[in-house]
This record gives sequence, structure tokens and C-alpha cells, in this order.
Amino acid sequence: MDAALTVMDELTTEDIEIRLLLEALYRRYHYDFRNYAQASIKRRLRQARQQLGVATFSALQDRLLHDPEAASRVVRLLTVQVSDFFRDPGYFRAIREKVVPHLKTYPSLKVWIAGCSAGEELHSFAILFREEGLEDRTLFYATDINQSALDAAAQGIYPISRLQAFTENHRLSGGRSSLSDYYTTGYGGAVFDKSLRERVVFSDHSLVTDAVFSEMHLISCRNVMIYFDRQLQDRALGLFSDSLIRNGFLGLGSKESLRFSARADDFVDFVKDEKIYQRRMA
Amino acid sequence: MIVSGGAVAIGASAGAIQMLLRILPALPKTYPLPVFVVVHVPPGRRSELATLFAGKCRIAVQEAEDKQPVIAGTITFAPPDYHMLIETDRTLSLSTDDPVFFSRPSIDVLFESAADAYGAAMTGVILTGANEDGANGLRAIGLCGGRTIVQNPATAYARAMPEAALARWPSACVLGPDQIVESLIAAVDS
Repeated sequence: MDAALTVMDELTTEDIEIRLLLEALYRRYHYDFRNYAQASIKRRLRQARQQLGVATFSALQDRLLHDPEAASRVVRLLTVQVSDFFRDPGYFRAIREKVVPHLKTYPSLKVWIAGCSAGEELHSFAILFREEGLEDRTLFYATDINQSALDAAAQGIYPISRLQAFTENHRLSGGRSSLSDYYTTGYGGAVFDKSLRERVVFSDHSLVTDAVFSEMHLISCRNVMIYFDRQLQDRALGLFSDSLIRNGFLGLGSKESLRFSARADDFVDFVKDEKIYQRRMA
Repeated sequence: MIVSGGAVAIGASAGAIQMLLRILPALPKTYPLPVFVVVHVPPGRRSELATLFAGKCRIAVQEAEDKQPVIAGTITFAPPDYHMLIETDRTLSLSTDDPVFFSRPSIDVLFESAADAYGAAMTGVILTGANEDGANGLRAIGLCGGRTIVQNPATAYARAMPEAALARWPSACVLGPDQIVESLIAAVDS
């Protein structure tokens, strides 16, 4: 009998399996997670492994390659995100108090909510822009790679159990109206008024593989790039940089930073504590 | 001092501040390892933990930012409302994935990623707390051959978390607060 091969130690077996699985997902279905931050993707793939009842990542890969429905389930699991209305009220207060006065100087506006998941942030912006009198001149782009999240965003229905936190966040953000003006309740859900979505284009767009599609005055992309590795983060930031008008605004999540990015020089701090940046003049 | 390749992760919940005030300020100025800390705190906008401990510790103290390289001899707190993970390239990453045992940041999430990143060079410490977060993570560190330490439940403000960790990973060292400090220091002296 042959002796067993020596295990070379550089990558663990699991890490090799995960790389191969992500490659398979890309080759077969064109979903590209190869440059996602490893630690979180591994955690989510462990959940997928458990949900599909397979023992190893190799077995999971086998399943994904031969079973498109299982693949779709796993892609959903890898791309699902949950946010809140007016998450980090200080961010929205800074948009309202510091960014809106600049936006008011433009006759028309384009705003991109990149990685909009189920639409919590989009609705927050739509309400804020209505309160600040900017809604009529604004076109919103809400993009995500998760189609069921986009569908949910376009429906604008959220569990009533979340309304209390949403309402409190809206108030803390300096809201000038009552959140209850914007929804009706029934069947356990709060349905947000469809007029909030009249000026919204929902679109399947990937920060990993897709290109610039319009010229923006404001891009909000919060807690999306925390799931990317640095290389992919740089790609996304390059996309934002190329999409923004001169002096356009970019808002990130409260613990995200341009400090560690190769594209840091494209932007200057605008509201430092709230991670709002401005596109540098060319 | 020789900087070894290891790291320390500490998880604590109810009664955390008092226990951490006994441990973290006792680490010497030359302490060579990165120390990652998850404390269960309510999702407020700004955590006061880093500020509180910076004034009392002899090594640097910070709150994590996404993609930041791990720094030796520095205490890093997970920010409120984010999980903190360690990547194999020794950078920090954050996530807003679902809470684990109602907790974000979660001790399990930190410990499991740290076990992957550091393997046998990892030390995990579970302190006082009132839920089960951290038990699976400590086991993950143990399974990788890392060192596992659990605060003696008899000395804990809340016993549930150390007890859950011991139930899940019985071979952890059970130590009182002062012994935990000695053990963290002795490990890098040897």
C-alpha cells in the first residue's frame, strides 16, 4: 500500500475547500465571492453546510454545482443583509445638516444607495429628502446583488416589531415629521407609502463585477464593503470615485474607513466622525 | 522582548467592566501580544470602553476599525453593534451579521475566527457573564490546540457564561482573576 501524502501546511484543508467552492460558484453561476473577506464568508458557509445537511465544504461544492436551487439558497444566504431605518441616527443627522445644504444648490440630483438590501436605508433617505424638500428633484438608484432583497425593498413592507426602533432612530436623526405618516399597518406588517419609491430605480448591480452606470451627487454604501477584502474594497471605491461628480459625497458605515485603502487619496473628509467623504476636485 | 506570533481574545458580559479592570491594567508595558476583547454592550453609537481603559492600561487601547492590521501589544475592543473577526492575513474585519445568543458583538464570532487565524498560538479567555455566548468559540480555540482559560465561576459576578464554556470545553484551565493575569503574562515570558 502507498504511504499517505504529506500534508503541506500553508493553507488548511478547509481554506482550500472554500477557495474551490467559491471558484465553482463563480464559474457555474457567475456569483463572485472570491474576494470577500474570508472570516465572514467562512462563517456563512458553515451555516449553509449545516442548513443543507452536508459534512464538508467539498460536499457543499458538489451540491451547489449540481443543484441550482441549492445554489440559489446559498447565494441568498451569502448576500443577505439586515439594516435599520436611520441606522446610526448621527449619520443621517449629518446628511441632513451638513450635506443637504450643498445638495440644495443643484437643480437635479442623483443618489445611489449601493447594497440597499431590503430597502431600510433607501426609505430612510426618501423620507429625509421629502422632509428637506429635495424629493422632487432627486432620482434614487437602489442596487443590490440579492434579487429577493431588491424585491423586498421595492415592496417596502417591514415587521411591526421593528417600528419602535425605526421611529426612535428617525427622531434622533432630526426627523421633521412623524414616521407614522409614511406607513399603514395590517397583517403584521407596516407598508411604507409607495410614493416614497416613485423616484427610485431598483437594479441588480454588483460592486464586484459591474461598472459605472451614472453620475452621482451622493453615494451611500454602508456596511457593505466590510464584507470585501481590501482588493475588492479598492475596486468598489474606484467605482464610487468614478461615479461621483466633483465634490460629490460618499457615506460609509461608522466603523469603515478609507485609511487602509489605495483609493484614500480620491476623497477628503467631509464629516469625519460620521464617515462622510467628499470626492476630491480633479 | 521577543514578539511571538500568538494572540489573546477575551470575552465577557455581565460584570465585565470590573473583571477587565483587574486584568487589562495589570498587563505590562512590554506585553507583546495583540489582545482582542468582546464585551456585550447595548448598541449605542459610541462605546466608552476604549476611552475608559486607555486611561488605565499600560499598553495601547483602541476600538476596532474595519480592515485594520492587527497590532501587537495593543488592546482592541469590538465596536458596539458589530461582530469583530480576525482574518488569516492578520487584519480585523467587522460584520453586521445576525446577533449570536442575542449578542452583537459576539464572543463566539471573534473566537471562532481567531482560532482559524492563529490556531494553536491563540489564547481564549471566558470571563463573567449571564448567557452562553463564547462556549462554542472557546471550544473552537481548544480544538485548534490553543490555550483555553475560564474564570472560576465561584469568583464570577455572573456564573452562567463560564459554566457554559466549561460544559462545552471541560479541559479549559479554571482560574481566579489574579491567576488569569499571571497566566497571560507567564505564557509570553516562557
